[in-house]
Amino acid sequence: MTIAARPGRAVGAPLRREGPAKLTGTALYTDDLVFPGGWYGTTIRSTEPRARLVAIDLDPAFDWSRVAVVTADDIPGDNVVASIAADQPILVPVGGEIRHQAEPVALLAAADRETLREARLRVRLRTEALPPVFDPLASTVEFARYDLAKGDVDAGLASADLVVQGTYRVGHQEQLYIENNAMIAVPRAGGGVIVHGSLQCPYYVHKALKRGLRIGSEQAQVVQAETGGGFGGKEEYPSMIGLHAALLALRTQRPVRMIYDRHEDLAATTKRHPAIVTHRTGVMRDGRVVAQDIDLVLDGGAYTTLTPVVLSRATIHAGGPYDIPNVRIRGRAVMTNTPPNGAFRGFGAPQSEFAAETQLNRVAEAIGMSPLDVRRRNVYRLGGITPTQQVLRGGVAGEEVLERAAEASEFDRVRVRTAESRGRRSPRDRTARGIGLALAWHGAGFTGSGEAKMGSVVSVELSGDGVVRILTASTEMGQGTKTIFPQLVAAELGLPIEAVEMAPQDTALVPDSGPTVASRTAMVVGGMTIQAARRLREAVEGRTGRPFATSYRDDAADHGATRIDQAFEPYPGVGFDDATYTGDAYPAFGWAAAVAEVEVDLDTFEVAVRSIVAVDDVGRVIHPVLCEGQVEGGTLQAVGYATIEEIKLLDGRYLNDRLQTYLIPTALDAPRIETILVESPFAGVPHGAKGVGELPMDVGAPAVVAAIHDATGAWIHDLPATPERIMAALVGIDPPGPPGISTVSPRRAADGDTER
Amino acid sequence: MAIEPAVVSPATLAEAYAIAARGAHRPVAGGTDLLVQITGGIGPPPDRVLDLWRLDELRGISVRDGALELGALTTFSEIRASVACREDAPALVEAAATIGAAQIQNRGTLGGNVMNASPAGDTLPVLLALDAELVVGGETGERTIPAAAFWPAYRRTAIRPDELLVRIRLPLVADRRQRFRKVGTRRAQAISKVVIALAWRGDPGSGTWREVRVALGSVAATPIRAAAAEAALEGERPTESTAERAVAALVGELRPIDDVRSTAAYRREVAGRVLRRLVRDEGRW
Ligand SMILES: Cc1cc2nc3c(=O)[nH]c(=O)nc-3n(C[C@H](O)[C@H](O)[C@H](O)COP(=O)(O)OP(=O)(O)OC[C@H]3O[C@@H](n4cnc5c(N)ncnc54)[C@H](O)[C@@H]3O)c2cc1C
Repeated sequence: MTIAARPGRAVGAPLRREGPAKLTGTALYTDDLVFPGGWYGTTIRSTEPRARLVAIDLDPAFDWSRVAVVTADDIPGDNVVASIAADQPILVPVGGEIRHQAEPVALLAAADRETLREARLRVRLRTEALPPVFDPLASTVEFARYDLAKGDVDAGLASADLVVQGTYRVGHQEQLYIENNAMIAVPRAGGGVIVHGSLQCPYYVHKALKRGLRIGSEQAQVVQAETGGGFGGKEEYPSMIGLHAALLALRTQRPVRMIYDRHEDLAATTKRHPAIVTHRTGVMRDGRVVAQDIDLVLDGGAYTTLTPVVLSRATIHAGGPYDIPNVRIRGRAVMTNTPPNGAFRGFGAPQSEFAAETQLNRVAEAIGMSPLDVRRRNVYRLGGITPTQQVLRGGVAGEEVLERAAEASEFDRVRVRTAESRGRRSPRDRTARGIGLALAWHGAGFTGSGEAKMGSVVSVELSGDGVVRILTASTEMGQGTKTIFPQLVAAELGLPIEAVEMAPQDTALVPDSGPTVASRTAMVVGGMTIQAARRLREAVEGRTGRPFATSYRDDAADHGATRIDQAFEPYPGVGFDDATYTGDAYPAFGWAAAVAEVEVDLDTFEVAVRSIVAVDDVGRVIHPVLCEGQVEGGTLQAVGYATIEEIKLLDGRYLNDRLQTYLIPTALDAPRIETILVESPFAGVPHGAKGVGELPMDVGAPAVVAAIHDATGAWIHDLPATPERIMAALVGIDPPGPPGISTVSPRRAADGDTER
Repeated sequence: MAIEPAVVSPATLAEAYAIAARGAHRPVAGGTDLLVQITGGIGPPPDRVLDLWRLDELRGISVRDGALELGALTTFSEIRASVACREDAPALVEAAATIGAAQIQNRGTLGGNVMNASPAGDTLPVLLALDAELVVGGETGERTIPAAAFWPAYRRTAIRPDELLVRIRLPLVADRRQRFRKVGTRRAQAISKVVIALAWRGDPGSGTWREVRVALGSVAATPIRAAAAEAALEGERPTESTAERAVAALVGELRPIDDVRSTAAYRREVAGRVLRRLVRDEGRW
């Protein structure tokens, strides 16, 4: 693709800022940081899904003088990991309730790992079992609920030529960042702690430290180390680990390292929420969808975490990118006695849009219309009205991404071919080809009034010694923050990118720019960065009367430092009413289409995803290479979600909590991905960007499942669409259990020890 | 959490036997199973480890005394590159190519696969199908154990603690044909859901199959031979009706389980479908 250069517009694809250090092995990840005299910390976790903690017994035969032990009694502040609700304890107190199998109960630290390993074996938890809940539909504890309505659904369904019903279920997914969670806490000279770690949101950890340790803002310092991926998985759990490391550091008055291995990371940290989505869709013979009645249940796991916000996004996106006159969406999130689920690329939308897209494909089939035409007929256009009554006023590119994807993949032509070969199929055939299409929208940035409430700040300074520097808490995890922000500022100031520095992500140095989540960094924080740079340019040019680029060094010498603090300013004309849950749910939407081609083995029903054409409207491309990288990575993550990634649970514990058993696609499993970037800008920010991180995650799975259907004739309603599920649908063997729902061991079942 | 046991690295097999005779040493070849078990805390960690890697006596692929012989330390990469293996044990070459990925194939050994005794070990059905003989040795000398008697129970072998696996012998059989198929979760780095090896002697004149072996992994507590399926194929030509009888026999005799990788129902069904495909390929119907 080509991008036209124009004033103030970032162009080109400069080298990634952190790239050389990563390539040469000199980048310092948390576990690479050396703190002399540091101890190792570890977490004692529950091994029951639900129980009352009666006592923590330390074996008196063991020499405990070499080990620091921390329990809930040692927490100076509130025993709460600060998040939306105050329900998740830092450590379960004696007398308190254990709510899941991997719940932290006590902390140990020692000078060496060997002692720590021995000490672990000498801790016994005494508990009284309580009946757990595993089935979300049986849960009576609701974390959140949202109801959306537009038009009259009952009348719409009654007037429809045909009503199609379907239930879709999706399981957990692990983020599988390449670097495990890791935090190191170091006691500060003036009291409090410095926490270094692998994290997305320095100020989330900061807030958690202040509350849990009852310390002031200056005493809690959080420094991001080089971070090997996040995908949402380092949005909330680092607060827990940071608190654990800090408690041990304060107890021992030494640096304490909490470096999770992959097994602990998989077993204990947050996953994508499982969901059960039921659709009733009313459609006319001409393809017009006239009513959508949608019921959505998310399994939040044991604690609230960010579940209400995930649910909110899941609910708003549940109808898919279609302008339907009569819509009712009821979403709720419930508690189960499984490890808490949380943020993961897409944040609720991949679950509900998988259901929406698969349902629409079934609707199209029911009326004998092509999946492409049914979308052409119903997709949002300019002026469309969403279920929250939001009027889509600009940057509406659903039609464009759809048509571009159909054209680039030759969807119609290939589909004729796959249908022909389906008609000619004989037992001699080993494989079957299929093609599938999906379309999605993804709200850019925080949902509803989230951004206005967050009150983020970014600073751009010209230092006294003439250096231009960006100060932001937005983090780099490999996605490109440290490259695109300097690009945006350099373009605004007319400087080469090398002339713009990024301050380290250290809460002692940078303001709270909000978390690095929700695909908001490029759009929201990037926009604020440009605003700050613009104000800096105006200040300097006002004083010097010359262009910034040629005068800023003189200005710094003459005038000293200038620092611009730019707070978030609500986008004009964008408003949301939390009380009625109506209004502009997002300032803008990104749009994505994907066409997948698969080859299914007709003996084993193994699925090879051969190619995906991914068309994504990101508003504006800032860095084409990074942007395409996001689309490719998100697409591959979606392929894993669609085909193989599944957590299986027994008595509320993840069974496949190792890389030997939790499998993601390898390079050999990766399809050829053709990325087409579309630019339909958001007018509310100077650069027009709408974000890209999550968008591709929404379309991959339904496209692959549609392609499996095209190849085999089987609709797979449960993700992942494993060979076991495909074979069950086609051959009639017993299907595997529902994804995401724990089975109960015979012992527990016999004891009647569950509320199912 | 990792611990590091004491390691001895003898340079000769005689020394290794002497160490093994003293007991309490866990052999390590490529370490691709053992190290994962130690760092993962799977099972009790060994106190002492006997490193076999320097023992060149356990290396090499050759044809000797009517058999293809592979030293226990033969790596999967060596098997893949061996002309002798490609000629006489093509199913073993195919199996080796499906194990892990390049790094594991460079380091993992056939002997380690045999001794790890996992029901999912990908070469084990091949060894069963080819009537392999496993030569084990110790201070008291060598003895030969047929593959069919080598894995008596879940993760058990017929070897004694003071013995080492020395080499694997695959008797050369005229007109023997072999097929292999692994069904895993992904295209590399995947432990099998079902793995199947098939071998038979084709009568050049009549086209009937003799000495049929149908061996499978990941469908029982040990790698197994499927006696009923073998009987259904024995003395028959690979026709559609024979295949259907063999598939029915196989599906009837398998007792796989549900586990984290797959379901019993899938394993049973897919084993049958793969067998049908292999027979169909040979019968060209
Ligand atoms: C990432 C990865 C992927 C893998 N993929 C596969 C796969 O696809 N298919 C598969 O089958 N396996 C797979 N494995 C398992 C492993 O690589 C194989 O089982 C391999 O053959 C083990 O050989 P090794 O030499 O590394 O064994 P080691 O780990 O050294 O030893 C394994 C066991 O055998 C014993 N032992 C080894 N040699 C001898 C001997 N000569 N005498 C007596 N005892 C001995 C050891 O004491 C130990 O108990 C994988 C492993 C990893 C880590």
